[in-house]
Amino acid sequence: MTGDREKRMAMDEQLVLDGNAAGGLLAAAYGADVTSWRGRCVHCGTISVVATLRVYVGGPGTVLRCPVCAGVVIRIAETPTGLRLDERGMAELGPGR
Amino acid sequence: MARPLDWQLATVAAVRDETPTVRSFTLRLPDWAGHRPGQHVDLRLTAEDGYSVERSYSIASEPERGPDVDITVERIPDGEVSPFLHDVVVVGDRLEVRGPIGGYFVWEPPLGGPLLLVAGGSGVVPLMAMLRHRARAMPRPPTTLLYSSRGPDEIIYRDELEALSGAADGPGVAHTLTRRQPPGWTGYARRIDEPMLAEVLEPLGSETRAYACGPTALVETVANGLVRLGLPPERIRTERFGPTGT
Repeated sequence: MTGDREKRMAMDEQLVLDGNAAGGLLAAAYGADVTSWRGRCVHCGTISVVATLRVYVGGPGTVLRCPVCAGVVIRIAETPTGLRLDERGMAELGPGR
Repeated sequence: MARPLDWQLATVAAVRDETPTVRSFTLRLPDWAGHRPGQHVDLRLTAEDGYSVERSYSIASEPERGPDVDITVERIPDGEVSPFLHDVVVVGDRLEVRGPIGGYFVWEPPLGGPLLLVAGGSGVVPLMAMLRHRARAMPRPPTTLLYSSRGPDEIIYRDELEALSGAADGPGVAHTLTRRQPPGWTGYARRIDEPMLAEVLEPLGSETRAYACGPTALVETVANGLVRLGLPPERIRTERFGPTGT
């Protein structure tokens, strides 16, 4: 999680990382570190750990997609009035194994 | 006590060159509850006009060194953050930091082993935190690091890895150099593939826990290969960077 990511970011605005890298932003949105939480993709039913979601950054917001079907599960936008969180693509998100 | 999602001002306590293009920075945190090996911090730089940029950097140091944490940063010529860190930041400077962050790509002794750590390039950084912690903790499960670099000069922590592997109960360290090998090189000399994974996994056995960190293509190769070699997916943890499909 060091310089290579930054290089990709400069080269390709649609950088793909995983949910680990979005942990800080997610913590700001949820008020807790949710990288080890699990949720179910409403598109395909796959249960994933947040850390393994595909994360697309570089646009106006951050989009997290299901690693199996690539459906959008969580979106976070940073606005002048704060963070806007849309998690309609992720069911039963919570801690636990 | 600051929560992990709060920004705080860290002081740069030390700067150390690891390779010609990789440098480690020791950050002294005023309010630090400790971290788990594998976690990262976010760094935020803010320009005078208010423009700010954030990056995530894995913590390289072991928790025993808190409230100091080391990050290891590769200098990317066209990057926004790493040239600033390399060319401008000196001991005594202050940087905005939040963390520690991450509860998934983490190893601590109670999780047990044996451990197979697989790194590509700067992906070795969070695995180094695990190795450094392992060296100071008990129990100390059998551990092997398989580390892919382009050439000998690009091996991060080379001397320390050699020292660790030479110690009693030390980890096995297997290097592969994918582009340039020095004369007389006896390590691997190709990209990580399934036969290589099979060789390093075999002595560790089927109860192994695996952690793989590096570019997406390497991590996919490792995760898929280890599953085919019989490791259950839930014993394989990954952290990837870079675009898919390269």
